[in-house]
Amino acid sequence: MIQISNLHKWFDQLEVLKGIDLLIPRGETAVIIGPSGSGKTTLLRCLNLLEIPTQGTIELGNKSIHFDKSTKLTSTEIVSFRKSTGMVFQGYNLFPHLTALENIIEGQIIVLKKTKAEAEKKARALLEKVGLGDRADMYPHQLSGGQQQRVGIARAMAMEPEVLLFDEPTSALDPELVGEVLKVIKDLAKENMTQVIVTHEMNFAREVADQVIFMDQGVVVEKGTPSEIFQNTKNQRTLQFLNKVAER
Amino acid sequence: MFSNQERIDRIIGILIDSFFPILKAGIQFTIPLTIITFVLGLILALLIALARLSSVKVLIVLAKFYVWIFRGTPLLVQIFILFYGLPSFGITLDPFPAAVIAFTLNKGAYSSEIIRAAILSIPKGQWEAAFSIGMTKSQAMRRIIIPQSIRVTLPPLGNSFISLVKDTSLAATITVTELFQKGQQIASVTYEPLWIYIEVAFIYLIFSTVLSYFQEKLELRYDKGIAK
Repeated sequence: MIQISNLHKWFDQLEVLKGIDLLIPRGETAVIIGPSGSGKTTLLRCLNLLEIPTQGTIELGNKSIHFDKSTKLTSTEIVSFRKSTGMVFQGYNLFPHLTALENIIEGQIIVLKKTKAEAEKKARALLEKVGLGDRADMYPHQLSGGQQQRVGIARAMAMEPEVLLFDEPTSALDPELVGEVLKVIKDLAKENMTQVIVTHEMNFAREVADQVIFMDQGVVVEKGTPSEIFQNTKNQRTLQFLNKVAER
Repeated sequence: MFSNQERIDRIIGILIDSFFPILKAGIQFTIPLTIITFVLGLILALLIALARLSSVKVLIVLAKFYVWIFRGTPLLVQIFILFYGLPSFGITLDPFPAAVIAFTLNKGAYSSEIIRAAILSIPKGQWEAAFSIGMTKSQAMRRIIIPQSIRVTLPPLGNSFISLVKDTSLAATITVTELFQKGQQIASVTYEPLWIYIEVAFIYLIFSTVLSYFQEKLELRYDKGIAK
């Protein structure tokens, strides 16, 4: 479960998040949509402390951090919180000097202190799961974008996080490769992995989300089930955004 | 006077007789001096680069100061201060260790900038990916950033390694009988400076060529994982 209360984030003079409240129950998939600059990526990055919120509270599983001006987190606190989250990046960010398999092994050995054999077993199982069992020994540059992103998902999964965070996971992909990545995410949703996904893929959002969150200008404008947001919304800003996206 | 033929024979004789003594001086002093100072210089450079990139203000200032001093003054002057200057403080160094220390301190300053630039060239996303799987800053540096930086540092470090081979000739000024010093000795007894120094240049060229070859091999080895 993730509970976010009154979360604010300032970059210097600019307030990017203006008091976000969200509850994402365990095992559910939440999809965040909204125009660019709405703060959705910043919100996601706050959840694994790549950005440190200026104010508010984040509860994740049994961990809870309160932020305000006097909060000075130690790197131990940050790392321990981060271990409960996994992140999938828009630009994949695989480690280019390591093979697909080594990308997935690395954190297990260095962070989770597993043995090489354990880590490799898990990594191979995960590669199999994302449909890349035969690509284990390839370097990232030898893989297509879709394959790289699936390795990215496997790398995040290997740390056994309580929640997976996706930052526009298909935005950098050629259209014909989007499907293979979305399928992996859908499978994870079916297995009741808790997921928070920032995306522009509206059809996908409708299909996979338990909760759709529409953000604009640093606030949550509306949240609800896919049908509440996509079919039955009365909110003018939501309607405007959905119409704009549909025009494309 | 000698006839032309006699003069040519004499020069060839001198070149043949002097080749191995000069080469030997190179193998005995130039090569060890180069390799020892390069390795020590690299270790020093890594420490300076890490200090420079740390978030501790004192370390940053110290590292900057160090680079400022050693990059801003001539290597020859640094060597002279160490060898001829320090005895006035009661510290007397033998020529070879003095040369090692001077070259190490100088190389450390230059190479630290190469390493720092290489570390900064790694995209921010690599740090974030490392953080996202729970790594600490030092784990990310050691396991993700530095291994990728090595590839970036190889061409400029190779350059600086080869210039070090030649810079070691400055050790001649503090009586280390390395390659150049040996050449000087032979030139001064044979009165054939032109031919002897061409021979000296040729032997330096052999050393640099062999080292460039190894540099290329190393670069190829670290090229894995990089799209062509």
